[in-house]
Amino acid sequence: MESFHHRWRKFVNALMQVLTCACALLVVVPLCLVFYHVLKSGLGSVNWAFFTQLPKPVGESGGGMANAIVGTFELLGLAAVIGVPVGVLGGIFLSEYGSLRLNWAIRFGADVLNGVPSIIWGMVVYAMVVLPLKRFSALAGGIVLGMIMIPLIMRTTEEVLRLVPNGYREAALALGIAQWRTILQIVVRTALKGIVTGVLLALARVAGETAPLLFTAFGNRFWNHHLSDPIAALPLQIFNYAISPYEDWHRQAWAGALILLLFVAVVNVGVRVLTRDKFSPRR
Amino acid sequence: MNTAAEKRVQARPGVVFPRAIGDRLFKWVTLLMALSVVLLIVLIGYELAHGSALALRKFGWRFLTTSDWDPVNEQFGALPFIFGTLVSSAIALLIAAPLSIATAVFLTEIAPYWLRQILTIFIELLAAVPSVILGLWGIFVMVPWLREHLFPWLRGSLGFLPLFKGPIYGVSMLAGGIIIAIMILPIVTSVSREILRSVPGLQREAAYALGATRWEVTRIAVLSYAKKGLFGAIILGLGRALGETMAVTMVIGNTPQIAASMFAPGYTLASVVANEFTEATSDIYLNALFEIGLVLLGLTVLVNALAQLLLLTFSGPRAQA
Repeated sequence: MESFHHRWRKFVNALMQVLTCACALLVVVPLCLVFYHVLKSGLGSVNWAFFTQLPKPVGESGGGMANAIVGTFELLGLAAVIGVPVGVLGGIFLSEYGSLRLNWAIRFGADVLNGVPSIIWGMVVYAMVVLPLKRFSALAGGIVLGMIMIPLIMRTTEEVLRLVPNGYREAALALGIAQWRTILQIVVRTALKGIVTGVLLALARVAGETAPLLFTAFGNRFWNHHLSDPIAALPLQIFNYAISPYEDWHRQAWAGALILLLFVAVVNVGVRVLTRDKFSPRR
Repeated sequence: MNTAAEKRVQARPGVVFPRAIGDRLFKWVTLLMALSVVLLIVLIGYELAHGSALALRKFGWRFLTTSDWDPVNEQFGALPFIFGTLVSSAIALLIAAPLSIATAVFLTEIAPYWLRQILTIFIELLAAVPSVILGLWGIFVMVPWLREHLFPWLRGSLGFLPLFKGPIYGVSMLAGGIIIAIMILPIVTSVSREILRSVPGLQREAAYALGATRWEVTRIAVLSYAKKGLFGAIILGLGRALGETMAVTMVIGNTPQIAASMFAPGYTLASVVANEFTEATSDIYLNALFEIGLVLLGLTVLVNALAQLLLLTFSGPRAQA
């Protein structure tokens, strides 16, 4: 014979389990909706011209975002040149050298930097690069994305290097190998997959950044021929087309969103499938 | 352990240059790179303060307390933007915090193992959706739906409150809050999940041993133990919410006003910079926008530092972007 109290507890238990499950489903709903609509509206608008042609002038339909797709990859390349060496080497320092207190401070600083809104990075680079050169440029766009990547990569690199057992380091040092070579050839190489994962995730993250590019890379309706000229980027183009009044541009914005979303999703899922071992960033 | 890398090292015992130099050089290079973090922090602070010097001098504290935003007459007050940022973030937290923590509980305490993995991947994917794409979806899918369905219903049932009165445009403070909530759900969920996972198993076992049901175990042994960490996760979400730019700009309506109704359009600090920065024609206008950036930076750094400290004091788990 169950008492009322006992039944009540069981009821609350079941209720809360159902409620938390419902919440979890609710969290997934927006993702599914976004993917659904981007796929639906994007697939109808993607065509060959989208990948090969420049944007058409206002009023003419058709054209594509070839310059923006190439531009995004150019910007990512520039960003990687800045963000990867600084981030990885800084991560090595945090994991292999330094004192407890100094590293705590740097780590704290990196985490705070990771929380700085990306639009603020844009303003900083505007003041630093765009104003002195008196022009919006691909260079400024690359610099701002690179800066955003530095603290991201530093933290993931540090995390994966810490997963390398100390025995590896001790064994190498005991063989008389210099510490810097131990780090580069034993420690970093062991964790290389994890470091690359971190870099790819950081690239995927900045690939979608729009706000910092608004007043650095600025956007361009034509091909970019020089680093000191403005350059088109996929997220910028999506934004400009989305808030425009033209039906045809909306269509193209969805197509651009589809390409960008696929790129980001493939990198995110891809690295996770490829690096299912213990030397990967903790998720 | 006998990796290829090690064999190569053994095969070449001679070093190219004296090891002491190599060691020292490498250490200094990595130190320099790590210190770039400090450089970046100083740089951000300096450039924003320098860029807004004119406005700082001209308006002083008035900048924060007046609500004229009139570039033509060069009068600038940031109050509507501060209001918009705080209110939209508060709406976002009200929606996202309970949902995220409930989801984290489901993920760590209740769901079967296979479901945990699938849901985790979904949540990570949601975190990866670029802001501008969410904004695009917001403009063309969410806002029309809110305008046709949710908002009229809210006005019908809760219209006696000033919060839900007034004309419905679709683009609104509430729409901005909802889109921010979607953006911060993943980070709050995944940080909360890490925190719940770091609650020792003994805590749970002790509660089970007393005959508690699964929910009671969660409530007594897990949630109360992790309170501080979960609070940190929410504050971290707040930090992200304050700085959200693109998606919000696309759905909040971009009207600098302070309205009681959640259906009225608003404007945030980040949005005004995004919209007006390239149009700023006069020096003082640009300076005012830099000062807006300074205010936003101050808010986010303060909130983020608080979140990090809360998460650090809670045994172990570190917040990740």
